[in-house]
Amino acid sequence: MTNKHTLSVLVENKPGVLARVSGLFSRRSFNIDSLAVGETENPDVSRITIVVNADSSPLEQVTKQLNKLVNVLKIVELDPTQSVQRELLLVKVRADRAQRGQVLETVELFRARVIDVAPDTLTIEATGNPDKLDALLRDLEPYGIKEMVQSGLVAIGRGSRSITTGPALRAA
Amino acid sequence: MNTAPVVTAPVATTGAGALVRSLEALGVEVVFGIPGGTILPAYDPLFDSSVRHILVRHEQGAGHAATGYAQATGKVGVCMATSGPGATNLVTAIADAYMDSVPIVAITGQVSRAAIGTDAFQEADIQGITLPITKHNFLVQTPEELPRIMAEAFHLAATGRPGPVLVDIPKDVQQAQTTFAWPPVLDLPGYRPTLHPHGKQIREAARLIAAAKRPVLYVGGGVLKAGATDGLRKLAELTGMPVVSTLMALGAFPDSHPQHLGMPGMHGTVPAVYALQKSDLLVTLGARFDDRVTGKLDSFAPDAKIVHADIDPAEIGKNRHADVPIVGDARHVIDELIAAVSATSGGVEQYPAWWSTLNDLRERYPLGYEEPTDGTLAPQYVIERISELVGPDAIYCAGVGQHQMWASQFIKFEKPGSWLNSGGAGTMGYAVPAAMGAKVAQPDTAVWAIDGDGCFQMTNQELATCALEGIPIKVAVINNGNLGMVRQWQTLFYDGRYSNTELGTHKHRIPDFVKLAEALGCVGLRCESKDDVDKIIKQAMEINDAPVVIDFTVGKDAMVWPMVAAGTSNDEIMFARDVRPTFEEDDL
Repeated sequence: MTNKHTLSVLVENKPGVLARVSGLFSRRSFNIDSLAVGETENPDVSRITIVVNADSSPLEQVTKQLNKLVNVLKIVELDPTQSVQRELLLVKVRADRAQRGQVLETVELFRARVIDVAPDTLTIEATGNPDKLDALLRDLEPYGIKEMVQSGLVAIGRGSRSITTGPALRAA
Repeated sequence: MNTAPVVTAPVATTGAGALVRSLEALGVEVVFGIPGGTILPAYDPLFDSSVRHILVRHEQGAGHAATGYAQATGKVGVCMATSGPGATNLVTAIADAYMDSVPIVAITGQVSRAAIGTDAFQEADIQGITLPITKHNFLVQTPEELPRIMAEAFHLAATGRPGPVLVDIPKDVQQAQTTFAWPPVLDLPGYRPTLHPHGKQIREAARLIAAAKRPVLYVGGGVLKAGATDGLRKLAELTGMPVVSTLMALGAFPDSHPQHLGMPGMHGTVPAVYALQKSDLLVTLGARFDDRVTGKLDSFAPDAKIVHADIDPAEIGKNRHADVPIVGDARHVIDELIAAVSATSGGVEQYPAWWSTLNDLRERYPLGYEEPTDGTLAPQYVIERISELVGPDAIYCAGVGQHQMWASQFIKFEKPGSWLNSGGAGTMGYAVPAAMGAKVAQPDTAVWAIDGDGCFQMTNQELATCALEGIPIKVAVINNGNLGMVRQWQTLFYDGRYSNTELGTHKHRIPDFVKLAEALGCVGLRCESKDDVDKIIKQAMEINDAPVVIDFTVGKDAMVWPMVAAGTSNDEIMFARDVRPTFEEDDL
């Protein structure tokens, strides 16, 4: 787990850029643990958050290769202690009337939310870092998980500094 | 690449018109290509343009011709093809240019925008296909962006670490009305190559050079691309360091220079390989520690500190840790190193002990070959004579295999840009079309393709192009009747089991290269004995109104030596079969 690195990659918001970035990882034999992409405060710039499992030397190599992509504007590795990292989880749990109270207690405990109710299931939304979501899933598992979907991790640095400033980004 | 900036006020035209006007404004002299359905609109304005179009016979030929043109001039080479198979036929040439960092722009037609993604006739996702083998590629969405994209494509191809760029243009974008104006404003916010090295790193490199006992200048193709060969010579002479030039760098430093040890690597010279292995400092300029140079990586140059200068930061530390990483253009790096070395030590480290060891090795292990005992013609002799008679002012192109290695060893290279070959990709069939491109670029220079009988059969159709377009190249087919390099490995590593390496060009004379040459509008000559070699080379040199093909029928058993077998350490270099060089302990 210590080899996990979170990269924030700022790219030009153009067609095909995600394919260039993800293709580079597979081509250089890197596995992506998680990937999330979306617009930034500047509509010309998208932000891709990538979690990779790699030693520092191959990570440096893949970062340099990423930097060579013409559409990549900036790459920052976010230190987990200096950043906030979140994933979104939606999970449909088996919960009949008898179990519903216990499930709701777990939801409460993890500060998750119920977003849909059916006679025999509850659908729960939770955000948090991967450890918290793993713990929630562990607690829900005994009731029976019918379906789940999870977003890629997004992350942002703590404090007032922003990574979306700089000459390249202004030009974009 | 244009000498005077072109300024054009907005004029109404089509997308195709904007494309051709962009090529003119960019100073393009020649495009190699083949028309087809989706690129047809572009061929109409091209018909009236000052840009020369050379109609090739296969798109791969167009791609390698663009590469040969670029390597012979340093300018961007251009090739053009239609969608689908036209575009995919360019793929090998694009991959080849990518591996050897050659600036080319490939222009492809694409099916109309509405048809993209429908598996339309002659549709191929060439942007997706070439993603890993281009420096960058574009799918043009509107005719308005064509001038900007063409300017960006040429800028990307030619600057920083050069490389191929592909521009895919849907047919309806070519047909649509637009306005053309020049120059466009480039929009490449993420592209900022570092040209000037960091002063601190340069000073550190100079300090290591002054302190070293056994330094080597390890020179790669980047030095040629940067036009840094004069500086390289100054730096070498200032310090007295020995120079090794990789396959991609031959010609960057004169073979005749007393400080040149030759080529390192799998078929490098014993002194060059030994110098790297025993060095205490490699000053690496525009080279990339390729596996064909390093051999088994963890035993490569074990005692050497590494100064690694490259324009591509991703090359530094990729294969070998760099003690002093320097990102920058080789010309700037070398100029600043010269200044720093002069300031640090006055530059007179002549390394006498190191040179006495290296000179001894040069004497004991010179490049050479054994005269065949079966009466056949030695391929090395043929190449040696071509070099001697044609001289160092010519351009030499090679295919890939034994003939390429012999050409790298036995041609005496004195000038930059005189050696074109497929180093990284190892593309058989490169020689004839690349020679065609080089000859178009340098019509007054003799261009000799040294090809093998296997390679020649992959791309010789371009001789028809050469014959019709007035491109009188010479092709020396080193015909040993076999896929010679593969056969050599079968001899050495597969107990002489010659699985599928016999081509029948000796045994059955199929094809007969003389007749084939004549059928393609060339002069065909044949040489089978040592006594005729000089005469036939001279005969070929006198023919300047048609391409010439010489079938040099040579022995099949000649092998390329020295050799470091794949995956083994450079320390295991073999000087000849079963002959390991002996290195005295006190050599050090």
